[in-house]
Amino acid sequence: MIWGVDLASMLLGGLAAGMVLFIVSVGLSITMGLMGFVNLAHGGFAMLGGYTIVLAMRRGDVGFLPALALGFVAIAALSAVCERLLYSRLYRAPELHQVLFTIGLVFIMIASVTLWIGPESQPLPLPSLLQGQIDLGIIRYRTYSVVLIVIGIAIVVGLWLGFERTRLGAQIRAAVDNRRMAESLGINIDRLFTGTFAFGSGMAALGGGLGAEFLGLDPQYALKYLVYFLIVVAVGGLGRVTGVFYAALLIGVLDFVLKKYVPQGGTLFIYALTILLLLWRPQGLFGGRAT
Amino acid sequence: MLKRIILVCAALAVTAASAPAQEVKVGVNLPYTGIGAEFAQLVDRGMELYLKLNADKVKPYKITLIKRDVKDPGGANAKIAVQELLTQDNVDILAGWIYSPNAIASAPIVTAGKKLAVIMNAGTAHITTMSPYYVRTSFSMWHAGYALGEAAAKILNAKTAVVGYTDFPPGKDSLAAFKRGFETNGGKVIDEIPMAGAGAVPDFTPFFQRAKDKKPDVFFVFVPAGDHAAAVVKTYTALGMREAGVKLIGPGDITQDTKLQAMGPAAVGLITMHHYHADLDNPENKRFVEAWKKEYGVNSTPDFMAVGGYDGMAAIVHVVHALKGKIETDKALEALKGWKFNSPRGPITLDPVTRDIIMNEYLSEAVMKDGRVYQKVIGKIDAVKDACKEQKIGPCAPK
Repeated sequence: MIWGVDLASMLLGGLAAGMVLFIVSVGLSITMGLMGFVNLAHGGFAMLGGYTIVLAMRRGDVGFLPALALGFVAIAALSAVCERLLYSRLYRAPELHQVLFTIGLVFIMIASVTLWIGPESQPLPLPSLLQGQIDLGIIRYRTYSVVLIVIGIAIVVGLWLGFERTRLGAQIRAAVDNRRMAESLGINIDRLFTGTFAFGSGMAALGGGLGAEFLGLDPQYALKYLVYFLIVVAVGGLGRVTGVFYAALLIGVLDFVLKKYVPQGGTLFIYALTILLLLWRPQGLFGGRAT
Repeated sequence: MLKRIILVCAALAVTAASAPAQEVKVGVNLPYTGIGAEFAQLVDRGMELYLKLNADKVKPYKITLIKRDVKDPGGANAKIAVQELLTQDNVDILAGWIYSPNAIASAPIVTAGKKLAVIMNAGTAHITTMSPYYVRTSFSMWHAGYALGEAAAKILNAKTAVVGYTDFPPGKDSLAAFKRGFETNGGKVIDEIPMAGAGAVPDFTPFFQRAKDKKPDVFFVFVPAGDHAAAVVKTYTALGMREAGVKLIGPGDITQDTKLQAMGPAAVGLITMHHYHADLDNPENKRFVEAWKKEYGVNSTPDFMAVGGYDGMAAIVHVVHALKGKIETDKALEALKGWKFNSPRGPITLDPVTRDIIMNEYLSEAVMKDGRVYQKVIGKIDAVKDACKEQKIGPCAPK
């Protein structure tokens, strides 16, 4: 029974962390898969979204759910503007140019937030309903972790249905698999790009806000966790919603377990495992095709 | 022509002779921008407040602060700043140092520059052994760490403890201090958990889960002052460790005055050992807190960092007077040997042997009072010396 409680607390902690990774990374995976664009500013959009949500709640007295919606919409809109004005010019540019441009964008985001809001971290004012502990039968566990797991599952089911069962989803999948063919079938790729990019950034914003309880929220967020997001995408495979989901959970749980049992190792193991995994399967654990 | 040259020389001689007697230049190095900006402001305000409240004491001399931004805890920028203060600004006294790595990196420059250097925060115990010109008016990690180890065993009657610490020099120092104090008095540290670096606030959940599973009587946590503490208290509450019977204890960094009220009721029950918090009940502190609020706003509060700056400036003013404004480093060090001061934290003395501070340590518990979190003193140890140097442990042993 004791080991059961141990196992449950570990799984819950790891899954909750994994859900945050999933919500942020899924947009990165879709846009990278769809557009073949290396968007390192994705973590920056997550950071800006987190700030929008947290500051709306703390300074604007907005409720948790409306604040999340606001964060999603605001960042989706902002990223759509960025996509039309900036990103679209670089679609045909070499990858190095894309990387340089997006990393520059990250630095601008970090500096702007530091200048206008300050370098200190911003706590997420959770509603009291989500604080404290919840009784799950065999153990009592942090309510918010459980809530995050439920939200994560809802999002993955929603995304999967949208991707696999709707016309728009089919268009996106078509564009991921063969862009020229999709274009010649009359799919408006430009509009599809802008829409998907905005949606992906909106999801990142949600993840930034929802995850602030665990990951914290300060200007450096944009770079600090970027490596984790990229690992999730690399392991999950490009443009694969379920792949990213499994990869995020796997990494969330592994990271949690390793930190708990071998805290001396820091993040060493997770990076080492990623390297080994990518040597073994360069297309990612759940990626469908070789890239 | 000759007359002119003589005149110029005479004029130069006059200014050269009179300037040092009137003006003392203090080179201040603090992280005015970046992640430590908040701390720099506290120390800076502490120094300025002392000068303002004691303008009469400073006369007839003039103390000029030359402030340099060291930006980060990396060490490299601090080293450059200290070097520039010495070589370009020709300061008479150095002061500042929020972060231990900066004080460690600056030590060779301080030694080469041969100027009195007053450490106003950096707390890694062995720093003062790294240069003969370092004097510390803040604290050593061992002051609170060792004393809390002793108190945990004797006053809180704890048998077992788990230590969680931020993985950088003061964290390791704090772990060693607590462990020594606790185990000498019959306790047992059953687990030591490094909880990521000081640069960013990590997700504490896996580390705290591990601590909770070990079921210790007390969970000693050292994290750097600032944003870490709020996350510590939040995770402790969210994992239900209080209900599980694990007491959260630590140095005063987990209940820093500037962060405490924002934690609210979640902070209630935290037990800390520290040399200062704004709720200390003594006349000197009442005056200090009142003056602070008048100067910097009612919602502003001093904390242990501010007191480090305040007392450090008091030491500097003492030196300026003792040497009549003409600062010679050897005489300055001599003047500070056994220097006594009635600080807001209680009576303090500078140890004539180690150049480190001797002060009271207060065991406090956070309680709710009049709708705010109040730190109630539940125990006090008088005239605590840095146990690391006192017992000649590890790097604190004379070489």
